[in-house]
Amino acid sequence: MTQAEYFVLPLHKKAAYRITSALKSGAKGVGGFFTGIPKAAVKLGRKIAQGGRELFYAFKEGDLLTKLTFVLMGAGNLFRGQVVKGLLFLAAEIAYFAYMSSFGWEYLLGLRNLGTVQRGWYFDEELGIDILRENGDNSMLILLYGILTVFVIITFAFLWHTSVMSAARAEQTVRLGKKLPKFKDDLAAMLDSGFHKTLLFLPAFGVVVFTVIPLVYMILIAFTNYDKDHQVPANLFTWIGFDNFRTMLGSGSVLAETFWGILGWTVVWAVFATFLNYILGIVLALLINKKGIKFKGFFRTLFVLAIAVPQFVSLLVMRNVLAEAGPLNVLLQETGLITSPLPFFTDTAWARVTVILVNLWIGIPHTMLITSGILMNIPDDLYEAAKIDGASPFVMFFRITMPYVIFVTTPYLITQFIGNINNFNVIYFLTGGTPATLDYYQAGKTDLLITWLYKLTVNSRDYCYASTIGILVFVICSVLSLITFRNSKSYTGEEAYQ
Amino acid sequence: MAVKSYKASQRASDTAVYILLTVLGIVWILPLLWIILTSFRAETGSYTNYFWPKGYTLNNYANLLTQTEPFRFTKWFANTLLVSVISCAGSTFFVLCTAFVLSRLRFRMRKPIMNIILVLGMFPGFMSMIAVYYILKGLNLLSSPLVCLTLVYIAGAGLSYYIAKGFFDTIPRALDESAYLDGATKAQIFFKITLPLSKPIIVYTVLTSFIAPWVDYIFPSIICGSDYDSYTVALGMFRMLEREFIGTFYTQFAAGAVIVSIPIASLFISMQKYYVEGVTGGAVKG
Repeated sequence: MTQAEYFVLPLHKKAAYRITSALKSGAKGVGGFFTGIPKAAVKLGRKIAQGGRELFYAFKEGDLLTKLTFVLMGAGNLFRGQVVKGLLFLAAEIAYFAYMSSFGWEYLLGLRNLGTVQRGWYFDEELGIDILRENGDNSMLILLYGILTVFVIITFAFLWHTSVMSAARAEQTVRLGKKLPKFKDDLAAMLDSGFHKTLLFLPAFGVVVFTVIPLVYMILIAFTNYDKDHQVPANLFTWIGFDNFRTMLGSGSVLAETFWGILGWTVVWAVFATFLNYILGIVLALLINKKGIKFKGFFRTLFVLAIAVPQFVSLLVMRNVLAEAGPLNVLLQETGLITSPLPFFTDTAWARVTVILVNLWIGIPHTMLITSGILMNIPDDLYEAAKIDGASPFVMFFRITMPYVIFVTTPYLITQFIGNINNFNVIYFLTGGTPATLDYYQAGKTDLLITWLYKLTVNSRDYCYASTIGILVFVICSVLSLITFRNSKSYTGEEAYQ
Repeated sequence: MAVKSYKASQRASDTAVYILLTVLGIVWILPLLWIILTSFRAETGSYTNYFWPKGYTLNNYANLLTQTEPFRFTKWFANTLLVSVISCAGSTFFVLCTAFVLSRLRFRMRKPIMNIILVLGMFPGFMSMIAVYYILKGLNLLSSPLVCLTLVYIAGAGLSYYIAKGFFDTIPRALDESAYLDGATKAQIFFKITLPLSKPIIVYTVLTSFIAPWVDYIFPSIICGSDYDSYTVALGMFRMLEREFIGTFYTQFAAGAVIVSIPIASLFISMQKYYVEGVTGGAVKG
């Protein structure tokens, strides 16, 4: 449907069209998430199969030296004159086998059950007494080093493939009577044809060690029983499959009750925090950018100050201003407006409204800052034409300004929504999740999933539940972004900008 | 007549907007003003039942900057400064490398890498912090928390390449192509053509990665443990407001808040233009 066709529709058909298209893109997003994983797996499988085929042909058609490279990495390069390259491959192979035999193999096997020998007192049949075993297995270390070993194996497989291919290429070059590139030439290529590898090496290494490996570890933890009753090194933990997800998503347990309760509040919070901030921020931007208003820069800076100050300062200040014995309550009591302090953080409903309102204090300037530029880009003649037709400012806002701004900022709106689902600072600094409740496990009534995750990790050390929540948050966020991101220009039309 | 009434109504609505903006402005600035006043307040204690302090003093600042027990604010400040200067240099380099490669070079793994980064970004950032903690423990680094912080900030920097990539995307490819024709290598293009043209995005990256350690609470709270001397300002000042300290240290907290906020806020305000472009993905030109 073109835009013109849409505009001539009667109102109820417009609404119906909107709703069906929203449902469609929602279904597409959910579908995209669940087909995305197998699709990626198939792609990866194809890549691996292709690598295998390459190896097969290299073995079938290669000469003795190339065949030797399969067991002795670098041989094909070393004996054809590429000494440094060959030695580097060889060194990698030696290092790999040294690692695996001394350390890696044991942990790789340990991944099956994450350790069996428990530390503590046990009964020795032979001696007939209890004996203290001081060195038990540490499930946590077994899992961590096991993952590390898997990564080492993947890297080695990749290097092995590279070395065989390199040997095959060297053989080919010699057969054609060309000169083999010297090590110096390889170095020069690192700054040219292989420049992407040179530049990406360090950043990628950092990300793998400090983001990917920890993430894989935490994802796997969600499938174990690593909670506060199974703390290492005194106890072992082991695989329990999807039990954590069943507990969390099921019903009956206090954990499930906490999860659904917090999820509900997280969604309510994200909706209010996102859309109130958005609309009111646009109104503020309109006010500041109104024609004839002076000191625009001054007003803008005044509001931007609220987001420029670090959040741990501004939010902690807000917490104190609104505390039970804080200045606002005292002031209101002094003036006789109220007799007892207002329960800003102690009553559930009050606390929830308070965090949403305080979030406005940060969010409105943020939207104002972002949308100011867009508002200035709206063509003036639209407004002038509307004015001549007798439109009120109210009508112009809803018929011209909002459609235009929403059109441009939909991706921003979605990132904000996801950002609010994950808004740790506002909740943690402002209420810390209070008011506390006995209905919830390790959480208060204003806790979001993300702050609950933090508390489960830091306070009660229920790592497996924390990981489960993390994965569920991931699912929610990726479905949401698949709904919009796939359709957005920045994803589909990247090359168009260059 | 019509013109005059138009002008009059215009003036009336302008006045209304001025009044509204002023009222809102006061509401917005009041908490900040309150913290500044508190930092100069002579009376100690966390709460007062009046807005304007009864007496003014500079002692809060003096005490904050000179005391060593239990809190050494100067040490926290120096810690944070050190971490942020080093991590800012490293992070900027990582971000520029990643962004350049993903924007200007074409190779087989480009799309997969971008998709992987996208997926990584969907996980809650600190979900894996406990694993990071144990990795750092395995590397025997936990005894020096500042090294840990710097390392982790730099290591993750490559993931936030997106804004810089958006900037690199706008540099005409014709520049690269004419340089290739003249025999330039890709490295020469990166260092001699792209980087000199990218001053704004370099400034933006430097500033954002400089600010990050100042405002990060979560990660230091995991790494630093109970060793007050290795705290960063965010962590230390959060500690100042805990129940046993708040009565004594509230005015000093305010002083610290002012000291930290002034540089950070001015940095943010000076780069807000780039920030807007970054957040909106360059879709909006202000």
